[in-house]
Amino acid sequence: MSNVTDAAAGTSTPASGEDSAEAAKAGSGPVLAADGRPLKQTLRRTLRREKMRALALIAPLLLFVVITFIVPILSMLFRSVENQIVQNTMPGTVQAIQSWDEQGTEPPGEEVFVRLYFDLFKASEAKRHTQVGNRLNYEQPGLSSMFRGTGRDLDDMGEEFQDVFEEIDPAFEEAAFWYELLSGEGGEALLEERRELLAAMNKEEMDGDVGFVPSAQMADILPWTTMAYTDFAIWTAIEDQDVVSGEEPWEAVYAGLGQDLRNPGTVAAIEDYSGPWSTTLRAAAENRDQLPQQGFREMFVASDEDWDSVDAWRTIALYSPPITAGYFLNSVDMTKTVDGIESRPETQQIYLTLFQRTLIMSLIITGSCILLGYPVAWLLANLPLRTANVLMILVLLPFWTSLLVRTSAWKVLLQQQGVINEILVWLGFVDDANRLVLMNNATGTIIAMTHILLPFMILPLYSVMKTIPPSYLRAAKSLGATNWTAFWRVYFPQSVPGIGAGSILVFILAIGYYITPEIVGGTSGVFISNRIAYHISSSLNWGLAAALGSILLIVVLALYWLYDRIVGIDNVKLGG
Amino acid sequence: MSNLTVDIPRPPFNTFTLPLMAVFAGCFGFVVGNVFAQPLAGFLAGAVIGAGIAFLAHAMPDSRRNVRLGLIAAFGLIGLVLVGPGALVAGLLIGAVLSWAAYWLDSGRYRSTVPIYYTAGQTLWHNTFLFICGLVFFFLIAPLLPVMWLSFNAENFFTFTPEMLNFQPEGYSLKHYRDFFSGGGHPLQGLIYGTVIGAVFGGLIQLLPNAERGLSRIAVYGIIGALLGIVVGKMWGVSSAEWMTPLKNSLIIAPFATFISVSLGTLAAIGLSQSHVPGRQAIMAILISPMIVPLIISATGMFFFYAPLGNWLEANLGLNQAFVGYVKVILAHAALGVPFVIITVTATLVGFDKSLTRAAANMGADPVTTFFRVQMPLILPGVISGGLFAFITSFDEVVVVLFVGSAQQQTLPWQMFTGLREQISPTILAAATILVTISICLLTTVELLRRRSERLRGMSPG
Repeated sequence: MSNVTDAAAGTSTPASGEDSAEAAKAGSGPVLAADGRPLKQTLRRTLRREKMRALALIAPLLLFVVITFIVPILSMLFRSVENQIVQNTMPGTVQAIQSWDEQGTEPPGEEVFVRLYFDLFKASEAKRHTQVGNRLNYEQPGLSSMFRGTGRDLDDMGEEFQDVFEEIDPAFEEAAFWYELLSGEGGEALLEERRELLAAMNKEEMDGDVGFVPSAQMADILPWTTMAYTDFAIWTAIEDQDVVSGEEPWEAVYAGLGQDLRNPGTVAAIEDYSGPWSTTLRAAAENRDQLPQQGFREMFVASDEDWDSVDAWRTIALYSPPITAGYFLNSVDMTKTVDGIESRPETQQIYLTLFQRTLIMSLIITGSCILLGYPVAWLLANLPLRTANVLMILVLLPFWTSLLVRTSAWKVLLQQQGVINEILVWLGFVDDANRLVLMNNATGTIIAMTHILLPFMILPLYSVMKTIPPSYLRAAKSLGATNWTAFWRVYFPQSVPGIGAGSILVFILAIGYYITPEIVGGTSGVFISNRIAYHISSSLNWGLAAALGSILLIVVLALYWLYDRIVGIDNVKLGG
Repeated sequence: MSNLTVDIPRPPFNTFTLPLMAVFAGCFGFVVGNVFAQPLAGFLAGAVIGAGIAFLAHAMPDSRRNVRLGLIAAFGLIGLVLVGPGALVAGLLIGAVLSWAAYWLDSGRYRSTVPIYYTAGQTLWHNTFLFICGLVFFFLIAPLLPVMWLSFNAENFFTFTPEMLNFQPEGYSLKHYRDFFSGGGHPLQGLIYGTVIGAVFGGLIQLLPNAERGLSRIAVYGIIGALLGIVVGKMWGVSSAEWMTPLKNSLIIAPFATFISVSLGTLAAIGLSQSHVPGRQAIMAILISPMIVPLIISATGMFFFYAPLGNWLEANLGLNQAFVGYVKVILAHAALGVPFVIITVTATLVGFDKSLTRAAANMGADPVTTFFRVQMPLILPGVISGGLFAFITSFDEVVVVLFVGSAQQQTLPWQMFTGLREQISPTILAAATILVTISICLLTTVELLRRRSERLRGMSPG
């Protein structure tokens, strides 16, 4: 390839391919390369091959970074709006609640509660009802305990029906009865539909042979019963690995039969039914007066009276869509209500204050880094190279020292019994009883982080100041400028790019700091990142952590873009 | 210019050196007097002493060395008698500073760093400026010193004990270092095996054509082998030791992460340095982004992504949980190390003369040979310092490993972090001192490499 390029260089440079083509048109046919092909074509091919080679060298790393870094960041962005848990766990309820009037003063009607019962029953079998409770609890405190408490009562609600049925006919106790009654043909569609819903709720595939197909006829006559039994069958066969016909069904199946018998049409259909166990079924239909007369709504309210509260239902309705802005609203101290977006009560506002504090403290840290770093960078840039290199080591040593080491050093220095306080007390400047509080507040964070980030200010400043010729200052002075004017009008403007580069670098690093504020910041000196870590590891509100992280990411990316515009990514230098 | 010398005149004694020294020493006297609740008396005494030193310095300008030594000893003695052994050091320091200042002022050397035409005000400002810079350097380095000192504490405190301040031997011990290194291992066997393997390896290298020969070469390989052997031997078979296990984890994770970022990063940097790269800016932005995106955000994203990935690997490929844990942390750390490799290697490639590769190709070398025999030796310093950056990034990283790893992958910084946050054990300080020592070694290596690289490219006299 290089041969071709060299040969080409003899007649024309690669950049002027157009010119050579024109020259060829005017002259005697196309200019040919050594191998007899037109030069333009050869050049283009060479260029393409060079590009491909460069890309092939870059590709493995690019792929690696995209997979191990960019995709995780994107998954965080997705997490910050994702809200599938409500819909996946309570699909029936979410569907039924669409027709409820959110603006009204009445909680939803019986139909929603029936759906809720069957949704929650299978969720509690999968131990997922507490998760949806926790999710909704982020939006309205108290919902978690409501879901958990009611989850414990679901079996009892079903048993009220079960006891009556078993009194009417002991056959209801038998696993075989239910299997024979409900299995049949034609219910494959129902089976697959329920299987998909269960898989969505359980977040794993529910594939496999269930050993049960609901009968289409029974699905018509006893829709709730068949649905509940189908759920039970799928769960038993696939999750518990048991034989469906040998297991006593869930209490929800009895509740389903009770719910079916409340429908006069079902009773009539049972009269006409003549399949297996028709007598038992008819006996149940005839004795339906003995069944509990309470509606599901009453049962839920009896379990927890908050089920009657409109606010709770509004929260459920508002957070039922699979995508929500709720986490983002939360991270700016707002909340979604039926009337639109409102800010939270004063007492619950923490994130805006935290963002504000993060920004202000990062600015203070950046400012103190400029103040401390500028003179040092000037000195390093103007000393003879040999001396400057020795002094540079003093800047680079903290830069190379572990962050944890420097943070623990500041803990040793700043604490109440720490070195600084001890010295001041010993010298008699500070009374032993009122030692300075330097740690576990904003002061501690600012001092420690200024120290930690100072090298990141000095190094870019130094590399810019290195390029400013000292003769400019001398020229200014010889033209009559005072020291100050010479510095302020001649030197300083030329060092501004360095200040800009260093400031943005320090600010970007400061705004996302976690370790140092966590250790020396106490409660009043922590940043937004500490809150993110808290939500990841303690409160487990991952969506909110992702939303806070996304906001921070956007701020940083904006600064990154600015940095690129001012300094250029290629010009980042490490270690002088 | 350098042959021309300017005689700096000695400043007037009565109106310059004497009052300045009196005030300067008075300030020290004020502070010392404050310890005994007598700041004013201290100031006066200090002023008198300062005046005395000024007289001494003025009277004996030629026996500077002896006068200074005498003064330092005298101040040390005063401290020892008045307060105790702890004040001996303080006394020595004060003596050194005061006597230095007296001669510095009296001989007029304070003007030696400024042009001869500077006015008094400009000279004052220049020296104040130097003093401020000195304070900033102090601020940069000084915080590390108490940590090292305290790591030899005999008590389990984070604070200085009176015994330590009085330099009594019973106030000091190596127990925190013993705690740090406790946990078994076989350093001696490691040393022996390492030396032997290193020497044999060095011997085999000699058999290669074009190798640099000599017994000293074999010795170098033996020493490298011995060092590696001690580390590997010390870590061999360590399990559930409070500090050695985290160190072992760090030493497992960091080299692998470094290897991935260096090998992929060097190739990509070479690709990026070619003249025609489509979308160069965008690619660069993506590759540098792990350095710019705050760690907490990277960690959050990785937490969401790697947890299901790990579960999937365990469930579908039947991999062992600990292994998957290490893989996750290594991949995450490798991504964080990439920007450092890219930056240092591209910086080295800027000065790389491309006609060298063309010349190699001209002489019949294939691209692979060209890379390993021509390009690699020249950019090696950049690659190694990039690798060191990547290594230290991984070795020093807490947030990501905290989120992505499990307790089995607890690294040294993680252990230090929990130690600092929860139970305060001075062993942390021993660990910190060891890490500072390591970073001094790494810094020296990087500096040497940088100078070598500049020398190779003829960029600076270095």
